[in-house]
Amino acid sequence: MAPPTLFFAHVFPAAKMAAAASPASLESAPRILRLVAECSRSRARAGELRLPHGTVATPVFMPVGTQATMKGITAEQLDALGCRICLGNTYHLGLRPGPELIQKAHGLHGFMNWSHNLLTDSGGFQMVSLVSLSEVTEEGVRFRSPYDGAETLLSPEKSVEIQNALGSDIIMQLDDVVSSTVTGPRVEEAMYRSIRWLDRCIAAHQRPDKQNLFAIIQGGLDADLRATCLEEMTKRDVPGFAIGGLSGGESKGQFWRMVALSTSRLPKDKPRYLMGVGYATDLVVCVALGCDMFDCVFPTRTARFGSALVPTGSLQLKKKQYEKDFGPIDPQCTCPTCQKHSRAFLHALLHSDNTAALHHLTVHNIAYQLQLMSAVRTSIVEKRFPDFVQDFMDTMYGDPTLYPPWATEALASVGITLG
Amino acid sequence: MKLSLTKVVNGCRLGKIKNLGKSRDCTMDIPGCLLYTKTGSAPHLTHHTLHNIHRVPAMAQLTLSSLAEHHEVLAEYKEGVGKFIGMSESLLYCSLHDPVNPCPAGYVTNKSVSVWGLGGRVEMTASKFMAIQQALQPDWFQCLSDGEASCAEVTSIKRARKSVDRSLLFLDNCLRLQEKSEVLQKSVIIGVIEGGDVMEERLRSARETAKRPVGGFLLDGFQGNLMTLETGLHLLSSVTAELPEDKPRLICGVSRPDEVLECIERGVDLFESFFPYQVTERGCALTFRFDYELNPEETLLQQNDTQEEVKYQDQTEKIKTTDCTQEMTSFEINLKEKKYQEDFDPLVRGCSCYCCKNHTRAYIHHLLVTNELLASVLLMMHNFEHYFGFFHSIREALKSDKLAQLKELILRQAS
Repeated sequence: MAPPTLFFAHVFPAAKMAAAASPASLESAPRILRLVAECSRSRARAGELRLPHGTVATPVFMPVGTQATMKGITAEQLDALGCRICLGNTYHLGLRPGPELIQKAHGLHGFMNWSHNLLTDSGGFQMVSLVSLSEVTEEGVRFRSPYDGAETLLSPEKSVEIQNALGSDIIMQLDDVVSSTVTGPRVEEAMYRSIRWLDRCIAAHQRPDKQNLFAIIQGGLDADLRATCLEEMTKRDVPGFAIGGLSGGESKGQFWRMVALSTSRLPKDKPRYLMGVGYATDLVVCVALGCDMFDCVFPTRTARFGSALVPTGSLQLKKKQYEKDFGPIDPQCTCPTCQKHSRAFLHALLHSDNTAALHHLTVHNIAYQLQLMSAVRTSIVEKRFPDFVQDFMDTMYGDPTLYPPWATEALASVGITLG
Repeated sequence: MKLSLTKVVNGCRLGKIKNLGKSRDCTMDIPGCLLYTKTGSAPHLTHHTLHNIHRVPAMAQLTLSSLAEHHEVLAEYKEGVGKFIGMSESLLYCSLHDPVNPCPAGYVTNKSVSVWGLGGRVEMTASKFMAIQQALQPDWFQCLSDGEASCAEVTSIKRARKSVDRSLLFLDNCLRLQEKSEVLQKSVIIGVIEGGDVMEERLRSARETAKRPVGGFLLDGFQGNLMTLETGLHLLSSVTAELPEDKPRLICGVSRPDEVLECIERGVDLFESFFPYQVTERGCALTFRFDYELNPEETLLQQNDTQEEVKYQDQTEKIKTTDCTQEMTSFEINLKEKKYQEDFDPLVRGCSCYCCKNHTRAYIHHLLVTNELLASVLLMMHNFEHYFGFFHSIREALKSDKLAQLKELILRQAS
């Protein structure tokens, strides 16, 4: 197969289909997670991630700033909310403005002027989200650019190379991602390929002392495949593990079981990053299942649609019922939006063409997520996490008959019985 | 409230307006500008980002066109629009229209004026207008007026006369209604000078309006393409000559740096700050220099940047509409241009705004190319700061009798 002649293609000879690759020889990866407390009943843990750009308390929710910006809010505003790690995306930044420019700008930190931590996704998820524009081979993923139709090949090596240029504190392996609704041999193929790609990423990684490469557990919704993936990937001495391939269209029943399976087989002394999860209930349950890190576009995206997150769910502030509601979004919330503005004002502003409305809600929704995680963490440290979960569910759902069954089941599986 | 003039130089008034606001303890400098807002909020900015900006004017401009449709809500709220929008610390001036989006013409009658909000047309008689102001409780508000003599392609003396007659009638009605309301008496009515491009009518409007107990004067109809700049400026001088010295003169629809200076020289005190907003909307950043203090050689050297851009710019005629598709001026640079892709300088070297202290032209370029919301936030912060800095330099120049240097510097940069 002739290699594509592309602007920044770097073709790596196709790896042989090995049953099990030998673990890459590395100095022992740094233990970046320090556990501070553990729930005696569930698998919940509180800890501290020690990263090049500072400490991050876990469990942590990481807002997503895909293109080197947290949507309409400034780095200073994000810092003021207490955010200490957020996401950028390799696929997008690799296209615009490109790794060379970012390198000239002193990395992604320099380019966007963010002094805390950054995590970059490898571009793998775009395989699913932009499936009509992509083609996967052993080499890598070939994308057709939506902007100018140009073809680019994202290989494990190229992904790591771009992420090395970006300089993010945590980088993700390029994984072969399939939608969780896909069944059959493709899932198995993707799982084994992800292992091979992990080894290629480890080999290609030029800055293990400055950037922490995480593996991503795949295997779809198949317990055996996932177990195999866990067994193989945990042989590689990476600083952390992500649980991938979930948070798609799968049923919640399947979802939690795969999360629980993964956390039961992942080392305790390394962080577990559950990718793409960000709904409040999901966060709380998955902390109980033993996850430490989360990311999701939901809070910031829903803000831009006029939806404000609250302990009882969400408020669609554009609706007429908020027209004369003179209280804040959440009287308990300490964010600048809630300190200064009423639902009625935000309602009026959302019906105008002033983008400030979106920014007020983005600030609030990020604050909501961070405050939630902080409360979760405190409850673990203070040894009352199960009570916290009970209160959380009461507030969110009101009646026990309204608790989502999957959540009740998942919590029960780790020793938290809801009343 | 009390306007004290420090000095008057070549028609330019330098001074302060004191005892402003509900507690009568705020002060405004003149010449000065008002913070431009849309639906009660600075465009793109939250409280946090607005307060990153230095020298934000003490008074913000609200537009009735964006707020009239929320009248019922505000009436029920009872505590006034300042508190509602989260700007209780700011002085507030309520204008009829939004200078950036002109209203469609043909909707003024002898009894009513219409404004156009996003929800549609709101027709106001004097009573309805005053009821709305009662709910808003601004510090100052533009009186209901007929500004349409300036909308037509060709004005007629008849139409100009009508605009003056109607506006005086509205004024008298509104003053009467104000007398009956304790709440309304806490706000100051700004009388509106109309008359199109007809000198006689302009003078009549000025003299008659000045007889009424208004707190200040709005010079309406000098924006747009009704008259040439020359005619307009001549009319302006004649009008301000008829106005009392101890009351502020506002002008609407004029915000460009060169035009601001021309108007200051003809006795205008306060301006709207929508120009930096328009610049933001076209992805541009204000870069014009107002540091007249530098010796001419240095200024010239540093001018090279801007001068080159002036050279390569099209000498196409500017469209004198007041909407956002207005042509770029020579006071700004267009960050979408490819040459800024790898430019790691701040927007303006030496600028103390949040954007220039934290970000580069390359980053703004990237945000614009990727259509990210942050582009507008950062550009708005810079453009407002730059513009407020310009007004500060006007006042400084007047203090030290150097306005001529500043004017020369600005006119050199106007294309």
